[in-house]
Amino acid sequence: MTGDAGTYVYAVARSAVECPDGVGSVRTVAGAGLVAYVSTVPLAEFGEEPLRRSLEDLDWLSVTARAHHRVVETVAAATPTAPVRLVTVYADDQQVRDLLERRRDDFLDVLSHVTGRREWGVKVYAGHSSEPSATARGGGDARKPEGGDAHKPGNGDARKPGTAYLERRRAGLRGREQVRRQLLARADHMHAALSALSVASCRHRAQDPHLSGRTEMMVLNGAYLVDEGRDEEFAAAAGGLGGDGVEVRLTGPWAPYSFTVMEAR
Amino acid sequence: MDRIGGTTAPAVRQPYGGSGREPANLGDILERVLDRGVVIAGDIRVNLLDIELLTVKLRLLIASVDTARELGIDWWEHDPWLSGRDRELIEENRRLRRLLAVRGGDE
Repeated sequence: MTGDAGTYVYAVARSAVECPDGVGSVRTVAGAGLVAYVSTVPLAEFGEEPLRRSLEDLDWLSVTARAHHRVVETVAAATPTAPVRLVTVYADDQQVRDLLERRRDDFLDVLSHVTGRREWGVKVYAGHSSEPSATARGGGDARKPEGGDAHKPGNGDARKPGTAYLERRRAGLRGREQVRRQLLARADHMHAALSALSVASCRHRAQDPHLSGRTEMMVLNGAYLVDEGRDEEFAAAAGGLGGDGVEVRLTGPWAPYSFTVMEAR
Repeated sequence: MDRIGGTTAPAVRQPYGGSGREPANLGDILERVLDRGVVIAGDIRVNLLDIELLTVKLRLLIASVDTARELGIDWWEHDPWLSGRDRELIEENRRLRRLLAVRGGDE
């Protein structure tokens, strides 16, 4: 049966728990003391060519991402779990068993690292109000077209309108740069404070406004692996970092997506 | 070991996404399932899929490159998924955007 079906892998854990459907009904493949959560998928949808097209289709992608995530989070809520990257498809179950045996030690390392811990996401947004960009943006309208009159020699006060505009604009940019630096410094400080409460932490790139659905600048997109007993403490600390034009958004707990790095090979 | 049932803190409505905290939105989920988690190579399809996921990643990435760089976040410059050609594309996109911004500002 190598022709028309493949084995889709969601996650690897040490024990089997009950699971909702993902991209298909979910079952487990056991090997080397580990369990892989998998579905049988049609290659008509999950083969190379179909995926080449459907991964460009955001509707398909969002349905698949949610299905994948549903399985991962269910397993992670019940037992230490290593989530696997979206659309990882093997030829058959035997390939998955081989994988579990070949990478057994790596998986066990990852699983012991996340045991008793949960991932939290912290996104920090800086609102537009703190950004003095109005001068720079409005500058174009204030400019006057006449140039000859102001060009009188000996008159120290009457400067070219163009010069005044450029100076205003430069001042606006300087102010904006200063605000930006302050925000970045504050984000560094927040990340350090949250990392101190975590077993591990990492900063991800700022999320695209299309993904976040927000236009404010994202100054921190952090992930934190926190001992279960410290969840509330962490949440309180995160909440306390906001205010003063800065908004903190806490998400989680997540399956440890950000802390299950294994060398690809 | 199993903490899905009674030991769940009252503040948490469901295992993932509790009251008082925002539930996972699609952006958060996509960010995680596409960029994080265990990458397993070894199957032929995976190698090819890396290329496909790359195009998605690029699309998500390109609009925010300037923001990310401003924030000092430059992971794509070290991301093994991105080839030199992809970086060139990102650079080119950035240059064009900057050019547009400059033109627009001076009009």
